[in-house]
Amino acid sequence: MLEQCEGSHAVAKAVALSRPEVICAYPISPQTHIVEGLGELVKTGELAPCEFINVESEFAALSVAIGASAAGARSYTATASQGLLFMAEAVYNASGLGLPIVMTVANRAIGAPINIWNDHTDSMSMRDAGWLQLFAETNQEALDLHIQAFKIAEELSLPVMVCMDGFILTHAYERVDMPTQAQVDRFLPPYEPRQVLDPNDPVTIGAMVGPEAFTEVRYLAHAKQMQALDLIPQIAEEFRKEFGRDSGGLIKTYKTEDAETIVIALGSVLGTIKDTVDDLRAEGFKVGVLGITSYRPFPISAIRDATANAKRIVVIEKCFAVGIGGIVSRDVRSAVRNRPQPVLTVVAGLGGRAITKASVHKLLLDVIADKLELLTFLDLDWAVVNRVLEREKTQRRSGPVAEGILRDLGGVPSRMG
Amino acid sequence: MFQVRIHGRGGQGVVTGAEMMSIAAFLGGRHAQAFPSFGSERTGAPVVAFCRMDDKEIRLREPIMQPDAIIIQDPTLLHQVDVFSGLKRSGFILINTTRSFEEMGLGEFVKGFRPERLLTVPASELAMKHVGRPVPNVPLLGAFAALGGLISLDAVQQAIDQKFSGVVAKGNKAAAKEAYDIVMEQEKKAEEMHHA
Amino acid sequence: MEQSLVKFYQTGTFTVGNRLLAPDQRSVQAGTQRSNSLNSGHRACQGCGEALGARYAIDAAMAATNGQLIAANATGCLEVFSTPYPETSWQMPWIHSLFGNAAAVATGIAAAMKAKGRSDVRVVAQGGDGGTTDIGFGCLSGMFERNDDVLYICYDNEAYMNTGVQRSSATPPAARTATTMAVGQHPGNDFGQGKNVPQIAMAHEIPYVATATVADLHDLEYKVTKAMSIRGARYIHIFVPCPLGWGAASHDTIKLSRLAVESGVFPVFEAEHGEVTGVLKIRRKVPVEDYLKPQKRFAHLFGKSPDVATLARLQARADRNIRRFGLLGE
Repeated sequence: MLEQCEGSHAVAKAVALSRPEVICAYPISPQTHIVEGLGELVKTGELAPCEFINVESEFAALSVAIGASAAGARSYTATASQGLLFMAEAVYNASGLGLPIVMTVANRAIGAPINIWNDHTDSMSMRDAGWLQLFAETNQEALDLHIQAFKIAEELSLPVMVCMDGFILTHAYERVDMPTQAQVDRFLPPYEPRQVLDPNDPVTIGAMVGPEAFTEVRYLAHAKQMQALDLIPQIAEEFRKEFGRDSGGLIKTYKTEDAETIVIALGSVLGTIKDTVDDLRAEGFKVGVLGITSYRPFPISAIRDATANAKRIVVIEKCFAVGIGGIVSRDVRSAVRNRPQPVLTVVAGLGGRAITKASVHKLLLDVIADKLELLTFLDLDWAVVNRVLEREKTQRRSGPVAEGILRDLGGVPSRMG
Repeated sequence: MFQVRIHGRGGQGVVTGAEMMSIAAFLGGRHAQAFPSFGSERTGAPVVAFCRMDDKEIRLREPIMQPDAIIIQDPTLLHQVDVFSGLKRSGFILINTTRSFEEMGLGEFVKGFRPERLLTVPASELAMKHVGRPVPNVPLLGAFAALGGLISLDAVQQAIDQKFSGVVAKGNKAAAKEAYDIVMEQEKKAEEMHHA
Repeated sequence: MEQSLVKFYQTGTFTVGNRLLAPDQRSVQAGTQRSNSLNSGHRACQGCGEALGARYAIDAAMAATNGQLIAANATGCLEVFSTPYPETSWQMPWIHSLFGNAAAVATGIAAAMKAKGRSDVRVVAQGGDGGTTDIGFGCLSGMFERNDDVLYICYDNEAYMNTGVQRSSATPPAARTATTMAVGQHPGNDFGQGKNVPQIAMAHEIPYVATATVADLHDLEYKVTKAMSIRGARYIHIFVPCPLGWGAASHDTIKLSRLAVESGVFPVFEAEHGEVTGVLKIRRKVPVEDYLKPQKRFAHLFGKSPDVATLARLQARADRNIRRFGLLGE
């Protein structure tokens, strides 16, 4: 049924419809509305049987989910940014043990400096931990991906991170089509664990594995992610059949068939990029968009195929590898190796800086004219940067960087957006 | 696409106002997107919220840089924050005040704007009268509905019922209706003057 | 099992014998009805107090729950020696996740059982002093605060033994460890504030807190059994000597435990909802030195010029325990 609601609310309802049995929550902006919504649903009894546990840290949150999942319960938690790092040990533990936990990551920058706004640094920090990582473009997709995530996780016995842009999606009111309980029940059967703590059939979970077998165990984790490359599209297809819409899958293409320039990105910024591309097309430029939905496993073949005829590829990413450059673009470069197309990296939107249509438009004109460097930081204020570098050259006690910049930028109330 | 930017201070229901506007648009069968300019502001600090409306899916995610309408919930922001940034000459300005544009020192600024699109409504006073709290967001929505063609008063009333209940909903609906009537009256006068 | 005080009248050798006790009160090492959930073949050191304590504790818990028990174990000696790849000595459902999250994992298991309507299945969390008083402290406190239905058992051998005997917040003052060497002006561990987790557990006012040692295995079994008859957060802190880490003879494990009790170093008590409900009285008080001397980790306090001042401070600590818990007298 169509609803106009906040993204967090849509996700909370989708998770509730998926009949989780244990939800554990530690609050962190911008995930708070999700866990608050679920807490309310459990308290009113609308979501039952379900245990909602207020834990004392993110590390505890994922640990509780680990225990619950190992005991055979469908388990869920949510976090962002600092919280994801705080539970990092447990993140690796969950995937290493093969527990099908679903976790929302409301994408937010990681400090220092402390920043509560959106970018993809948090998810990227855990990209090699062995979790599946799915990125939602809209609130509709965010809600849909959670339902799909439980199914994918449980079939593979691997945990899944559903990533949605903090504030931009979580706190935006949008129209969504909310499924019914009957639809979700038809799509998502009860959890059948591959391994479970059961007094009637005892097993030991989490024993040490030495050099003799560690490589094999780790390879199997990789093999499972390779299986996911087939499973994810399959489940997206099953989803389409039951719910009547395209959601999820590995990648999404928009006007790429004859595109000479292809823009690649993850998450909500794809909407702004598509609007920009429509304008460019009207101006006569052959540009297309490729949205990566499944970041892990990384859909090498799908990306390779979709970009086969493009002259150039530009990746707009909300993250970067300090000291090297792009993160997503490096993975894309891997996918198109041995091809002549340049893959340009554009780092944008860090710490919640708005990615505007105007900026993207100008950027893409430069890309099309082959004027862009390999690595670009979109809308970077070079004057500010250079002033800091100058100050540091001349003064030993140059002070905290952030404070220096904020003084340079002037009063906050006069700024907007 | 029609883009509205709402300026106010924390605690005045700016964000809720934008959300309710989007609900009203949704109830009118349109696509709508509402979001705040997220921050860690506390009560009293300047806050901005946005609402886009369209007849097709809204994909754009940037803050509203070139609004078609500006709603100002707190006129003390007028000379502190650049509330009119990006506003088109053909745009709408709706201010919560008992004073006129001239009295607020905006006489010069609004020369060249279409007079029937410059509107004031004593939203805080209406809210006090009907609800007992000077939260101006709902009356301003009622006023906005009077601009015509965007959201209907009926949809605003339904949105109020979704967010509030009981006596508070009733009061809010009355406040919205009265604000609507005030603006309709203003627009009629402006039209008459225009044709005079 | 009812706790009944056994009075010993045999004098001379201080031997505690079984044959004077009624059959049901005797400690039996190998009965057919024991679940032996921590099975033989594990790789613990000779004389390991933790292996002894864990075996008795878990068997008692299994008996009390009719075998419907799941265990969550922190990283540490117990976890490592009980699951040497590719073997496991656990005859019950058992999970090891991380070092600091045993309490939280147990919370999750208990929640799962509740959601599934299987409240007959009970949960035990286990950890050493490192995993409990230090790195696992946050999760432990959270579990207490929520009153989750978990029995947490801490096996306290007073240092990070698994990694090579480094100091933990449970390490007693003056003890030598790898990170508090017996060198310099203040050899051994500093005199800090200590971290008394049983008392911290009592401050949370959870339904049941108890301390025990491997000197009195019946008492340990009784306490575990009693704990399993209660719902909510419960905590048992077991004193378990580590021959290797303490530099003690492997046959002295039980003797050292008894000396720790009889000197007042380790008070044995029970508490419910923050109030002490019972203590194990000291039968025959011994000076702290009797307890310290058999352990090389305290060797630097003795010898040609004994550290009289430090020994006096350690005695004072033991005396304070005796006074605080009323360990002497009737």
